[in-house]
Amino acid sequence: MSEAGATAPILACRGLTKRFGGVTALENVSFDLHRGEVLALAGDNGAGKSTLIKAISGVHHPDEGEILFKGERLTLANPRHAREVGIETIYQDLALADNLDVGANVFLGREPVVRALGLLPRIDRRAMRMAAAGVLETLEIDIAPKKLGLPVRSLSGGQRQAVAIGRAIYWKAELLIMDEPTAALGVPEQRKVVELIHRLKRQNVAIIFISHNLIDIFAVADRILVLRRGQKAGERRPAETSHDEIVKLMVGG
Amino acid sequence: MAPSLAATPEAERHPALAFLATAWSWLFLVLLAVFFETWARLAYGVSFLLNPFNVQSIALFAALPLLLGLGQTFVIIAGGIDLSVGFVMGLAAVVMARVMQVLTPEAPALALPAGILAAFLVSLLPGLINGTLISRLRVPPFIGTLGMYGVARGVGFLAANGTTVPVNNPWLFAMGTGKWLGVPIPIWITLALVLVMHWVLSQTRFGQYTYALGGNRIAAVRSGINVKRHTLLLYTISAGCAGVAGMVYTARFSAGAAQAGEPLLLDSIAAVVIGGASLFGGSGTIIGTVIGALIIAVIQYGLVFINVEPFWQFVAVGVVIIVSVLIDQSRTRLTGEAKDE
Ligand SMILES: Nc1ncnc2c1ncn2[C@@H]1O[C@H](COP(=O)(O)OP(=O)(O)O)[C@@H](O)[C@H]1O
Ligand SMILES: [Mg+2]
Repeated sequence: MSEAGATAPILACRGLTKRFGGVTALENVSFDLHRGEVLALAGDNGAGKSTLIKAISGVHHPDEGEILFKGERLTLANPRHAREVGIETIYQDLALADNLDVGANVFLGREPVVRALGLLPRIDRRAMRMAAAGVLETLEIDIAPKKLGLPVRSLSGGQRQAVAIGRAIYWKAELLIMDEPTAALGVPEQRKVVELIHRLKRQNVAIIFISHNLIDIFAVADRILVLRRGQKAGERRPAETSHDEIVKLMVGG
Repeated sequence: MAPSLAATPEAERHPALAFLATAWSWLFLVLLAVFFETWARLAYGVSFLLNPFNVQSIALFAALPLLLGLGQTFVIIAGGIDLSVGFVMGLAAVVMARVMQVLTPEAPALALPAGILAAFLVSLLPGLINGTLISRLRVPPFIGTLGMYGVARGVGFLAANGTTVPVNNPWLFAMGTGKWLGVPIPIWITLALVLVMHWVLSQTRFGQYTYALGGNRIAAVRSGINVKRHTLLLYTISAGCAGVAGMVYTARFSAGAAQAGEPLLLDSIAAVVIGGASLFGGSGTIIGTVIGALIIAVIQYGLVFINVEPFWQFVAVGVVIIVSVLIDQSRTRLTGEAKDE
């Protein structure tokens, strides 16, 4: 468990509410998150998990409530704005351009440009490859050097997930949001992503992740926030709860 | 314990396959050249390739479909298609000829740049409309540019009064038939555009975003790339290339014609696909398109040279297109997604 409770939270959500027409997807949800802390979001399909992270990553504007990030009230215009303040979101399988290499993906949309002959603009691929290799190294992600120059489609699902995370870290994400980071992976690769989350935590990144997998949740989460029909059904520390209790909170009754 | 995220075995085979996929078009071009060279020597006792006239003719054959193919390469890599290029080229050719027809009696020297400018501006318009339809109004590229195919065709014939528009201007004649360092001006123009487009595609952010768009549109959006603006530019560039092709046509034949690019549309798409671009988007190169255009030109010119009925050209080019798409598909299947376990 982290002693993070002593310091101010990096993220504080207060009474978040989001309606889509007649549907209240999110109702009066509040929680805190500290640096180096992992919050798991659990809940049945349609419970509002995606809506909650989309509100924090600038995709949706909450109808009510507020988001405090690093102590300041945040009104996010769009996902790009969220990224600029240090909130990175990784969506399962939508994160990378499969036909580009690791460096290109890490820098997509923010490529360093140099001038050839002091005139012609040119993307600095060497710098991109080296920076990508560097960040993968600090995260202890093992990808063969010759693979760094190949389209990421030639990497495994876990490696791709790691590249997406590495990209977020390279761009100084302080809050990392992951929607089902292990869902499309086989068991060994799931375990590696879980290890990676542990390492990010040690590097003081705050993490929110959605998962359907209680084993993963209990393996990495400091706290578990359970949503049911858009409302907060409960918040528990893994050490103080059980799979059964979490499932009960999820389904109600 | 540091995780070693080992890749799946399918992925290990990728490098060799990727190389083959791009290498085969080079190989094919060489084989074609060897074939016609052998035939020419055995049947006529002359050389096919060592004859500068043949080489120049092939280059001129390749130039117009290649000019169309340059913009098309960008569009196809981004996952789109531009069916309107042939008639946009014709429209530009007609407008250039019309403007020069009017201006030549007054100011023959000024008529050429004026014609070029008019053709260029006119060609951008259909591109901007295509791009707006596709990026803002979500019209599928195939449909939007097919509509523009019809519109540009109609307007082109209207502007030409249904016939060809001849121009008698020495400057235009020089541009179409003159040479510099022994190489025809149209080939210099094509070469210059090839270099620019190659640089843009392979070295700049614009090129990178074009690949990203074809690889994963959503990832591109999430990366903060202005996908709508980029799409608009892609179709405008494609139309601009068609405009240049129209200028070269008018210069070469001292006349503009609305149907100038009609047979070239398929050749241009074929050049892109033969050059290794995937019609699913995400891959392709300018060099590949150059090779593709040369392959088509060698087939077309070579078959005429060895006295085969000209209709066999269509059969041969058609077969090459089908084979290259098959190669693309098997490549996608073999090297595609290295899914987990
Ligand atoms: N863009 C949207 N428009 C309308 N309804 C939505 C939208 N997004 C989510 N919802 C609704 O909000 C509720 C919560 O959805 P969601 O946040 O996706 O749940 P979860 O991710 O937990 O499965 C569901 O009833 C869903 O149908
Ligand atoms: Mg969801």
